[in-house]
Amino acid sequence: MNTSSTSLSPSRWRYLPLVVVALIFIFPLEFMIMSSLKPSQQLLADSNSFRAFLPVGDISLSNYYAAFERAPVALFLFNSVFITATTVVLALFLCSVAAFSFVFLQWRGRDTILTILLTTLVIPIEIIAVPLLLLVNKLPWIGLNGLTIGWLNSYQVQIIPFSADALSVFLFVQYFKDLPREMIEAARIEGASWWQVYYKVIMPLAGPVTATAAILKFLAMYNQFLWPLMVTQAEQYRPVMVGLQYFFQLNIAWGEVMAYLTLITVPVLIFYLLLQRAFIASIASTGIKG
Amino acid sequence: MAFPATAIIGLFIIVPFLLGFYFAFTNQRMISPNPTEYVGTTNFHQLLDLGVLTLEPERDPATHEVKKDVSGVATYPTVRSITRNNPDMPYFDGMREWFSWHSGDNIKVVVARDVVFMKAIVNTFLFVLIVAPLQGAIALLLAMMINQKLPGINIFRTIYFMPVVVSIVVVSLLWRFIYSGDNGLLNAILGFFTFGTFNPVDWLGNSATALGSIIAMSIWQAVGFHMVIWLSGLQTIPVSLYEASDIEGATSWQKFRFVTWPGLRNTAILVLVVITMQAFTLFSQIAVMTQGGPVDATQTIVFQAVQHGYAKQDIATGSAISVILFIIVITISLIQRYLTREKLA
Repeated sequence: MNTSSTSLSPSRWRYLPLVVVALIFIFPLEFMIMSSLKPSQQLLADSNSFRAFLPVGDISLSNYYAAFERAPVALFLFNSVFITATTVVLALFLCSVAAFSFVFLQWRGRDTILTILLTTLVIPIEIIAVPLLLLVNKLPWIGLNGLTIGWLNSYQVQIIPFSADALSVFLFVQYFKDLPREMIEAARIEGASWWQVYYKVIMPLAGPVTATAAILKFLAMYNQFLWPLMVTQAEQYRPVMVGLQYFFQLNIAWGEVMAYLTLITVPVLIFYLLLQRAFIASIASTGIKG
Repeated sequence: MAFPATAIIGLFIIVPFLLGFYFAFTNQRMISPNPTEYVGTTNFHQLLDLGVLTLEPERDPATHEVKKDVSGVATYPTVRSITRNNPDMPYFDGMREWFSWHSGDNIKVVVARDVVFMKAIVNTFLFVLIVAPLQGAIALLLAMMINQKLPGINIFRTIYFMPVVVSIVVVSLLWRFIYSGDNGLLNAILGFFTFGTFNPVDWLGNSATALGSIIAMSIWQAVGFHMVIWLSGLQTIPVSLYEASDIEGATSWQKFRFVTWPGLRNTAILVLVVITMQAFTLFSQIAVMTQGGPVDATQTIVFQAVQHGYAKQDIATGSAISVILFIIVITISLIQRYLTREKLA
């Protein structure tokens, strides 16, 4: 029987374009990680050959030590993780609660306000960044130093403006709309308050949409650049993406740059590879707009 | 219960959005000892004023002969002689040459009050016009490749999507090295495949290649995102339609043209709108890779908004640029919506 060989070989050829394209996507990232292990001199020399993609020559972690000496890398990482985690948690809570109210409660002006909120989906941060900069500079804040005016150089200026957004509200609203209402009515008849309905009946069912909203928010926050660049002149509050500036200089030490890029990227890539189904499903679900 | 989220979106998105429209008509600065004043449309004139000058060759006042320089070329008055201290043409005061062409004996010169902003608008449109169709098409091609029924196909989906989770700032700095002129990886790879006949190019340092290089990198980073959106569209097309066309003996192209593409209509609109919106806000790549250079070849609208509103602390001009960008984006998306509207049979 030769059916197996004839059916096998054409399908093998079908992998060829897939593999070629995969190499285009992998190589720059693989090159980044390999380069982070090489001294800058060797890194420049290797880029003329396939050695650029191989862990050969003088391999060490010395670029990582040098990067930590050049910039407060640990502080930047802490800032990014803190800002991202706080914003994700706040946004998931505020937006799911709001969506609950928009879908299940009856109140005056509900549909109008929801429509206005969802309209803001078309306003990217780039369009409001400049007036927002002036606005946050005039806002009061009560903190450890008592009442202060102006939010520049702080954590709250990077967290609070993003702690609710139209996309997250939209995702929760779409999901809640499809939940059966009988369960809610049953819980209400049994005397549950709306808060109890929210966290005992609705949220336990909202795992998939919570994961979707969390992943989208996580990516948007961790990778944010323009806004933190504008509001953090002080090193103390800078996230990793703004911290990159410490490595821009006349003679860039590429080995250190690659170490820093690897350090701030690989955790996200590992996170992605572990949860890749959820990541891809979250992007796909933004595409299914009703 | 909806109050906190509504208040935050109201205060940090809707209020600054409206403030932007207000500031655009004032002389608001980040910090200023003087009170803010209403200035009408001055900011928009500063950014958008254009004019066309016709330069006639200089003639000898006595003979009316055209003056020639030593090499026999007609001489023309300079643009500056018209746009500086010229009370006869006050509108042109302070304008600079954007571009010019010969028209018979005369030279036509297009002058602009803010030449850099004009270049930013042109570059942004170029970026959108190239990225939107190209990235959309490549994403569709990739989506069809990974929609095949092959063992292990999900590995490829995972790989193609990978750059999407990497920050565009990281990608930009990484590609700055790849694009570098003397030790760049891209030059080395092109040299290898052309057996050394390829002349190294300083991709970002050359005004002819800088924008194209940024376009290629941007597509590499973001194409997986739109691939996933296309893929979810592809998977809504019933398999039975393909089986039926197999029975009819349809070719691959016919299957794409008459089954796949009509089934993707709504997805196509979504992908087009999303890429267009993202492309119009091009900023990070510019900030990390070129700072608008070389010679303004990669200036963009958002980069200019940040230059004015943040670097120069000129909130009014930054806001005016944001308003211009918003009007462009809204106009384009309304046009797209009109062109892709549900056609009634």
